[in-house]
Amino acid sequence: MIEVVFGVFLLTLLVITAVAVVRTENLFVAVMLMSIFSLLMATNFFILDAADVALTEAAIGAGITTVIFLGALALTARREKRSPNGRFATLGVISVLAALMIWATFDKPRLGDPNAPVHQHVAPWYLEQTPELMGIPNVVTAVLGSFRGYDTLGEVFVVFAACIGVLFVLSAGQGLDRGLFAPDPESEGLRHHLIPKVVGRLLVPFIVLFGLYVQFHGEYGPGGGFQAGAIIATGLILYALLEGEASALNALPRSVLLGMVVGGALLYTGVGVVGMLLGGNFLDYSVLMSDPVIGQQVGIVLIEAGVGITVCGSLLSIFHAFAAREAR
Amino acid sequence: MELALDILSFVLMTTGGAFVLIGGIGALRLPNIYTRLHAASLTDTMASILIIAGIMLQAGFSLAAIKLLAILIFLLLTGPTASYAIANAALLSGLDPQCDGSADGNNDESDEESRS
Repeated sequence: MIEVVFGVFLLTLLVITAVAVVRTENLFVAVMLMSIFSLLMATNFFILDAADVALTEAAIGAGITTVIFLGALALTARREKRSPNGRFATLGVISVLAALMIWATFDKPRLGDPNAPVHQHVAPWYLEQTPELMGIPNVVTAVLGSFRGYDTLGEVFVVFAACIGVLFVLSAGQGLDRGLFAPDPESEGLRHHLIPKVVGRLLVPFIVLFGLYVQFHGEYGPGGGFQAGAIIATGLILYALLEGEASALNALPRSVLLGMVVGGALLYTGVGVVGMLLGGNFLDYSVLMSDPVIGQQVGIVLIEAGVGITVCGSLLSIFHAFAAREAR
Repeated sequence: MELALDILSFVLMTTGGAFVLIGGIGALRLPNIYTRLHAASLTDTMASILIIAGIMLQAGFSLAAIKLLAILIFLLLTGPTASYAIANAALLSGLDPQCDGSADGNNDESDEESRS
């Protein structure tokens, strides 16, 4: 009962936030409200017992997307342009779509119904076979990394392609010497703001450590490459904001970041190819070691590392690409 | 003993919730950004100390209590820092900390926020 009340409360807040995002014309306010929206969504996922998704939503939606949006906003106008034309057409299209979606929910099984098709198809098999085939407690990681390894490989290549696309659009490499966060070397970063600097320096190592924990604890609890990559990237972006972009690029140059983007995807594919060379199928990790269960675990750890490296590298490359552009 | 701990944690969490409520009302109702920030920082510090202390009493001596302590330390470090950074940014962008309450330095944006 209490969960229903809490869920309805959260969903109401979600609707209110969504309406506020649409209504506001100040884009900064909209970005902040989107961050709140993601956080509410993460809480919602969590009370539906989807801890992995909640972690992803909180790390990527509420955390790093906000930073990248703010970086983009620094390059454009702060207010939304009014577009008087086509408002009724938009309203019509959205009403029809909303009506269709609401109509479609009437056929949906009830929340948590054990007889729903999604719980009858392959899910029981996954739940039964995971301890036997992989020997890891977190079924989500098993599904993500091994049973549906092709899907995750596709996701990694989506991240990879998106990163390359953003870098092309922003034509990174131009305006390297005069970045957004570095008007002149003296006032670079937050060097003259003692409190954020001290606290930030204190936090960066722990954020990165937590990211590594999420990365390598993904087989035992909520977590994995996507979340860990985002958390580590957040820590390094905090470092870039504190110490200025130049020092962050000194620590991790663009070439290294691009290497991470490519290397993570290559590591993932490489694990699959090695599996083929050892006589198995593509992305079949059982053949990696003499014991198939250990092989599965090694494969999952390696591909999760690949995912984490690619995500972290992409997010940092995109952040630096935004930061390197001059404001107009 | 058990009952006393339950009552204590209940009292702590309720007081913390009251602080959140007061902070929220203050952040909406007070006239300018500095006073709003003052109200909002209640939620960062006092409320989080009280609520997490209450939950820690429920958790007892366990790994969960240590995790909660880590979260509390993290919140106590980041919350006031964020408040400081916002106040500093407001000061640098030229908002005077005036006391008469008439000058709402944060004009259009704050109106939008309070409407939403």
